[in-house]
Amino acid sequence: MSAVLDHPANQPSGGIISPERDGKYTVLAKTNSNGEVDGDLLEVSMGPHHPSTHGVFRMDVVLDGERIVKLKPVCGYLHRNHEKIAENVTYLGSIPYTDRLDYMCSMTNNWAYALSVEMLAGLCAPERAQYIRVITAEFTRLINHVCLVGFLAQDMGALGTPLMYAFREREKILDLFEALSGSRMMCNYMRFGGCRVDLSSGWIEEANHIVDRFPAFLDEYENLLTGNEILIARTQGVGVLKPDLAISASVTGPMLRACGVNYDIRKVDNYGIYDRFEFKIPLGSHGDVYDRYMVRLLEMRESLKILKCALRDIPEGPIMDPNAKIRNFKPKPGEAYGRIEGPKGELGFYLISDGGPNPYRYRVRPPSLINLTILEDMCLGQTVADSVAILGSVDIVLGEVDR
Amino acid sequence: MDQGLRSELSKQGIFTSTLEELYNWGRRNSVWPLQFGLACCAIEMIATSMARFDLARFGAEVFRPSPRQADLMIVAGTVTKKMAPQVVRLYNQMPEPKYVIAMGACAISGGPFKQGYNVLKGIDRYIPVDVHIPGCPPRPEALLHAFMTLQRRIDSQKLTGANRARHLDPEAPSEFPVPEFGADDLEPAYNPQVWQPPTFVRDE
Amino acid sequence: METLEEIKGRIENEISGAIVEILPNDSPSNQRSLLIGAEHGFRVAAWLRDEPALRLDYLSNVTGVDWPEKVVKDKVKVKRVVEGEEKEIDQVMERRLGGFLEVVYHLYSMEHKHGPVVIRMRTGDRAEQTHLPSLTPVWRGAELQEREVFDLFGIVFDGHPDLRRILMWDSFQHHPMRRDYVEVDDYEYEPTPHDAVLAKARQHYPKEAKSE
Repeated sequence: MSAVLDHPANQPSGGIISPERDGKYTVLAKTNSNGEVDGDLLEVSMGPHHPSTHGVFRMDVVLDGERIVKLKPVCGYLHRNHEKIAENVTYLGSIPYTDRLDYMCSMTNNWAYALSVEMLAGLCAPERAQYIRVITAEFTRLINHVCLVGFLAQDMGALGTPLMYAFREREKILDLFEALSGSRMMCNYMRFGGCRVDLSSGWIEEANHIVDRFPAFLDEYENLLTGNEILIARTQGVGVLKPDLAISASVTGPMLRACGVNYDIRKVDNYGIYDRFEFKIPLGSHGDVYDRYMVRLLEMRESLKILKCALRDIPEGPIMDPNAKIRNFKPKPGEAYGRIEGPKGELGFYLISDGGPNPYRYRVRPPSLINLTILEDMCLGQTVADSVAILGSVDIVLGEVDR
Repeated sequence: MDQGLRSELSKQGIFTSTLEELYNWGRRNSVWPLQFGLACCAIEMIATSMARFDLARFGAEVFRPSPRQADLMIVAGTVTKKMAPQVVRLYNQMPEPKYVIAMGACAISGGPFKQGYNVLKGIDRYIPVDVHIPGCPPRPEALLHAFMTLQRRIDSQKLTGANRARHLDPEAPSEFPVPEFGADDLEPAYNPQVWQPPTFVRDE
Repeated sequence: METLEEIKGRIENEISGAIVEILPNDSPSNQRSLLIGAEHGFRVAAWLRDEPALRLDYLSNVTGVDWPEKVVKDKVKVKRVVEGEEKEIDQVMERRLGGFLEVVYHLYSMEHKHGPVVIRMRTGDRAEQTHLPSLTPVWRGAELQEREVFDLFGIVFDGHPDLRRILMWDSFQHHPMRRDYVEVDDYEYEPTPHDAVLAKARQHYPKEAKSE
C-alpha cells in the first residue's frame, strides 16, 4: 500500500519531508546525528489559544521560512471525560452528554447514540419518529455546513460578513429546535425507541417556510464566495489529500468525498429511512480545500431535497416504540456498534453491556479526531497561512476531538 | 454637586461631571473581550456577537485575539486541568483593569462534567471572577445580562478611598501563580489567596 | 460478505499458527467478533485488508476495554459423606479469572461497502504484559486512536510510529479509563451537590458536634 509508505515516520531518509505537487516527497531539511534539525528552523506553537483553531487545539509547527516542515497536532485541552462519566451513569443519563460532544450538531449525536442503544436492545423507532429524526438531522447538517463555511472564510481573513450571514440562518433553525425541544443548542431530544416529544402544531409549516427560503440564501452565499478570486487563490491546490491515503487514514464525511471516494453511510447502511429519499452524493475530484468547501455547499442543497420530501410525507402516529423502557433500562449482555453519517463524518457509538443499568464500556468514534490524523500530510510543504485554511476545512469541533 | 443645580446648568448647555463618572463611563462602554472560546458556550458567545443579539450595542464587539489588548476574559466553557494553566497565563498577560466573566455551569463549577478526572471544578479556584452566568449553555440574552451587570459594576467603582477599584490598589495582585502539571493533579489544586472552600457543617 | 466462520477458516489456512476464536454476542445486534492471538495480529490484519474478497480497507473504530480480575462463583454438585450416608450437596466453587486489557477494531470495506468485521486482541495481564502489535502500519487511521488507548488504558502498541500521551498531559502517571483508577479528591466544595457528588463532597464538610 502506497499510503503506508507515505507516512512521514516510515520514510527512510531520516530528514523532514514535504510532499511536492506531484505527490512525491523531497527532503527539505536534514537532521544531524542527534536527530535535531540543522539550520534556521523556527518552532511555533499555534494554540491552544489561537483565533483560528476553533477552540483549544494546538499545532506544533516547525517552519523553514514560511514553509511547514513538520506539524504535530496536540489535543486534550477539552478532554472532559465523556466516556468515563458515561460508564457511571445510566443509558438515559448519557443522552445530555452526547449533546455536548459536537456542540454544533446535538441532534445527530443524539441519533447516533439512540441508534446504538436500539441495536443493543432490539428496539425500533416508529415511522413518525424516523421522519422527525431525518428532518432534525438534515437541519443539523445545514447548521453545521453553513457555519463551517463561515468559519473557514473567517480563517482566511473575511472577518465577520460570511459568518454573520451563516449565523443569521442558524438562528432561524435554532428557533425551530427550541420550539421542538425547549433548548437552542443542547436539544436532548431523541430517546432510544423514538423521540421525546411530538412536533407542536405549526412546526411543519414553519420548517417548510425555512426550507423554501434557504436556497435563496445559498445562492446569495455562493455569489459572495464561490467565484471570489481571493477564496479561489487561497484554497485551490491547497492541502491536497489523495484518495488512497484518505481511505487508509479512516477519513470520513465531506473530507473523504472531496477526494472523490463515494462513501456516504446514509447510502451504504440505509439506516433510518434514508432509502426512501432521492438524493445525490456530491463528490470532489482534487481533494483540496476548495473541493471540501464545494462538497459542503452541494450537500446542503441535497439536504434541502431530503427535507422537502420528509416534511411532505411525514405520517401521523406514535413517536415511541411501545417496547422501549426509558426508566430502569437494562439491556441484555452483549455489544453493539452503531454509526450514522454525521455532518462531520462517521459518528459511531460502541457500547458493551454487562446487563447492568450503566454501559460497561462506552466509546465514541469521533470523526473530528480521526480526520485530524492526516493533518500533517496535508500541511507539509504548505505555507503557515495555508495551514489555517486546511485546518478550517477539516471541520473540527474540540468537544468531539477530545471528548 | 447639588442635583438641582446640575440639572439647571444642563438646561443652560453646561454639563458637569466628576472625573470618576467620566472615567467609568469611558471604560464601561468600551469593554473589549478576549477572543477566547473553550467549549460549547463559545458558540453562544459568538452568536451573541452576531447580528441577532448584537453585542456591539454595548460597545463590546471588538473581540481581540491578543490578551494584551483585551479588558475582559469570558471563560466560555469547560476548563480542563490541561487547559487551566493556559487560562491563568492568559489572564496574567491581560493589562489592568481587567475583568472575568465565568460563562456557563462548567466554568463556574465543572457543571455536568464535574465528575470528570480532568475537569477543573470552577475557574475561580485560580483567578478572581466578577460575574458568573449559570446555564448550560447560557442563552445569548444571559450573556448580555452579564455584560450589563459588569457595566454596572464598573460604573460603581471608586477612584479613591479604601474601597477603590482593584486595579488602583497597588497592594492588590494583578497576576496569579500559574499551576503546574503534577503526577496526578494540578499543583496546587487551588490558589488559597483567591479561593478557599467554604465551610459547611453536616447536620447528621 | 462471508460469514465469520468462513473468515476464521481462511485465516487459519492462510496464516500458519494464527489463533482465531469467534466470540459470541447475545444482544439483538448480533455483531460477533474474532479474537486474534497477539503474535499474529499484524499479519492477520494485513491479510484482512488485502484479501480481494474482503478488502477491509477502512478501520472505523479502535476501542480499549479494561477487564479487571474477577471472581466467578459456580454451583457444583459434590458427593460427600454426611453422617454416614452419601449425599449430593451444592457447593459454591470460586474461580479467579485473570484480568486483561482488550483492544477492539471495527473494520469495514469501502471498496465492497460491507462490514463490520470486529476483531479483538488481548494482553496477557493488566500490569506487565501490556504489549500488543500496533496496526497503524496497516491502517493509518489507527494512529491517533491507538495513542488514545495507550493514554487512557496503558496498552503499549509495538511498532506505533509516535506513541505518546494524547489527551492527558505528559507527566500524568495514571491510565484513567481503567476501572480501578481512583481520581484525585477535589470535591472540597460543590455548589449544587447531589447523588454521588454529594457523597464525595460531604467527606470534606466537618461534622457538627451533636449538642445534647
